[in-house]
Amino acid sequence: MTEAVSTSRSRPTFASRFSRADILFGLAVLILVAFAASASDAFLTERNFVNVSRQIVTNGLLSLGMLIVIRTGGIDLSVGSVLALAGLLATGLQTNMHFSLAIPVALAMGLCLGVVNGWLIARFDLQPFIVTLATMGSLRGLTYVYSDTPLYPKDELFRGLIGGAFIGPVPVTFIVFALVVPIVWFYLNHTVSGRAAFALGVNKEAVRLAGVDVRRHLILAYGACGLLAALAGVLLSSRVGIAQPSVGAGYELDAIAAVVIGGGLLGGGGGTAIGVLGGVLALAVVDNVLNLFNVDSYYQQLLKGLIILAAVLARRKRA
Amino acid sequence: MPHLAISRIAKSYDGNPAIRDISFAVEPGRVLALCGENGAGKSTLMKMLAGATLPDSGDILLDGRPARISSPADAMAHGICTVYQELSLLPHLSVAENILLGRLPTRWASFIVDWRKAERIAGQVLAGFGFPDIDPTALVSSLSVAQQQIVEIGKALVTEPRILILDEPTAVLSGAETEKLFAKVRALAAGGTTILYISHRLEEIYAITDEIVVLKDGQSVLAGSIAELDQDRLIHAMVGRPLAAIFPEKTRQTGEIVLEVEKLSQAGAFADVSFAVRAGEILGMFGLVGSGRTEIAKVVFGAGLADAGEVRLNGAAANFADPLRAVRGGVAMLTEDRKGDGLALDCSVIDNAGLASFSRFSRYGIIDGAERRRLVDDKIRDLTVRPRDPARAVRQLSGGNQQKVVIAKWLLVEGIKLFIFDEPTRGVDIATKVQIYRMIRDLADSGMAVLLISSEMPEVLGLSDRLLIVRNGRIAAELPPDAYRPEDVFAHAAGLPVGQASGERLH
Repeated sequence: MTEAVSTSRSRPTFASRFSRADILFGLAVLILVAFAASASDAFLTERNFVNVSRQIVTNGLLSLGMLIVIRTGGIDLSVGSVLALAGLLATGLQTNMHFSLAIPVALAMGLCLGVVNGWLIARFDLQPFIVTLATMGSLRGLTYVYSDTPLYPKDELFRGLIGGAFIGPVPVTFIVFALVVPIVWFYLNHTVSGRAAFALGVNKEAVRLAGVDVRRHLILAYGACGLLAALAGVLLSSRVGIAQPSVGAGYELDAIAAVVIGGGLLGGGGGTAIGVLGGVLALAVVDNVLNLFNVDSYYQQLLKGLIILAAVLARRKRA
Repeated sequence: MPHLAISRIAKSYDGNPAIRDISFAVEPGRVLALCGENGAGKSTLMKMLAGATLPDSGDILLDGRPARISSPADAMAHGICTVYQELSLLPHLSVAENILLGRLPTRWASFIVDWRKAERIAGQVLAGFGFPDIDPTALVSSLSVAQQQIVEIGKALVTEPRILILDEPTAVLSGAETEKLFAKVRALAAGGTTILYISHRLEEIYAITDEIVVLKDGQSVLAGSIAELDQDRLIHAMVGRPLAAIFPEKTRQTGEIVLEVEKLSQAGAFADVSFAVRAGEILGMFGLVGSGRTEIAKVVFGAGLADAGEVRLNGAAANFADPLRAVRGGVAMLTEDRKGDGLALDCSVIDNAGLASFSRFSRYGIIDGAERRRLVDDKIRDLTVRPRDPARAVRQLSGGNQQKVVIAKWLLVEGIKLFIFDEPTRGVDIATKVQIYRMIRDLADSGMAVLLISSEMPEVLGLSDRLLIVRNGRIAAELPPDAYRPEDVFAHAAGLPVGQASGERLH
């Protein structure tokens, strides 16, 4: 092929960064928003926007963590359990210490559990699905061992300063999430670990034979995922003012759905922070619109499943 | 009437012509060689015959009638069967199930597999091919790569194709296995099957084919019977210039010993291997597939573990436990399986080229993007990677350019003292080969120690300052350059009696 001499070295244009599926999904969400805005008075209100912005925090943080591990070719099913345990710890430990200490303890616990996941997977070359399925179950058990009844925060400020607080019209929890997004984006694109983890998801053996410390980058990815899950748990318990041992069951599936809708590839090698953000937003808007129109939650589940199917179909590679 | 005729076909992808104008014809029962560098249009042509893509213009004629091959099922209906270079076997299934995939025999009902019959058919195919020792009930994952290639070909043979296309079928086969394959090809041709044979190895082309078609830049530029075309004309047609000075001048000036391997052993692979490489020296390692050459190199690189023996780098112990430590210790290795473990194919050129040298453009784990781009850009410009686009996925590059990206990856690492090349020119076009030879020589001249493993005899003979011959996991001979005689080298490698005239030193 002689035309291979072409020296097209221009940076990709803004538009070319998005696939046709991205654009279709963007349009679909816009149409849905336009429809909701015209059909319901409650949609385009500040109150509704605050609601949506608070609701996306949980799935948003879980999805970003999930994206990090999915890019390595792995998966983390234990995020829902970590979320529950972190929420309980941050709330329950308040009987012994101030919540400003309890929160770091809960976050550190999430990080450690993620590191354990990563270490098991990297050290013994185990399948991420199986390892995190196991930790998902055991951590849920551990959560009930810690407390089989809901816990309420002792300190009112735990809710007042974080989950129930606003800066201007913007919920604090949303601001925390909005700060995490660029950090994750930076990690994925501009750190050694992020680039190595990406290549790892494409061809692990090539990365190992390039003299890269595969174990370290894998452990770091799962650690980050655990940390983000714990952060989601802390923020959730702070927002609703209660920590339940049962919370978060099935959340891992919503996170995986958001990653897939956003262009992530199970098995590694794809997905961006911006794409996942789009996936999270799309799911949240659909939820919100259906709620506003009082659609039965069973139909909501049905519709979500169909959206995931549509996303996968739209993004499948054509031969 | 020709069995298969290609008439003025052309094909473009996104406006880039992959095939401009290819025509040739082949009579039934003939073996036709398709030659050409990477990017000459061979793979696109193969895809058309396999039903993976359709020509934009021109005709494919089978027995004089235009044929439209728009799906693999069409190809099969026309009796066309393609054996690709990349293995497409399912490792967790048995040999028999792989060979008969999609056409397993049944009994009692159309959905109950007759395993005994399946194993019998597979066994017959393999035995008729000269490999009765491959057990049809064995799992493919338990076979050697060479045996897997045999099964892959067996899978084609069981369909009794009328046109058989073989793409680099001998890349992983030993001499004896290649002979059996050639015998089968001749038998098939005698039975009226037409065979298209694609290979980079000229000696094979002269050994097995009747006619040659040379492709260059998507056009058929030369065609004729094997008797009419000598090697020089063939290479001239493929490369566009005469065969001259392919191998750079050898230098005899060597420095201190860099790598010292002493009594190295690995159970089942090699035993009692000792050798040394000096700075500025290219040490060639020749041996048949399975002789243990790659395993020895992998142990030096930390990608395999030795049971006994010692490795020293610049006099210091260097029994590396993993590639991470080996690279830090100054060892680079270009592996033989570029697609399997040399590149992350779906990643970009810049991600691949920068994969081994993060420390050069990062601080505290954060990448200096501009510095990384500058380093990679300089390197891929030096190596003339085409297209020169660091953001492009490596998968979209030709074999030769992919190999350049692997080389760029290692050249970007600082502090390398020993460079191991394992089959550096496999699946690479001749122009790039020449460039890689030049580069290996330059590395040695700059004071690096080079260990070169290759199954291509002209390559090891042309480049090495000294040659080790490995047979059955042991070093069979060490030859100085004045004792390089291809027939002796081969005799050592194959364990045959060696001619008396050579001045080699036997171990």
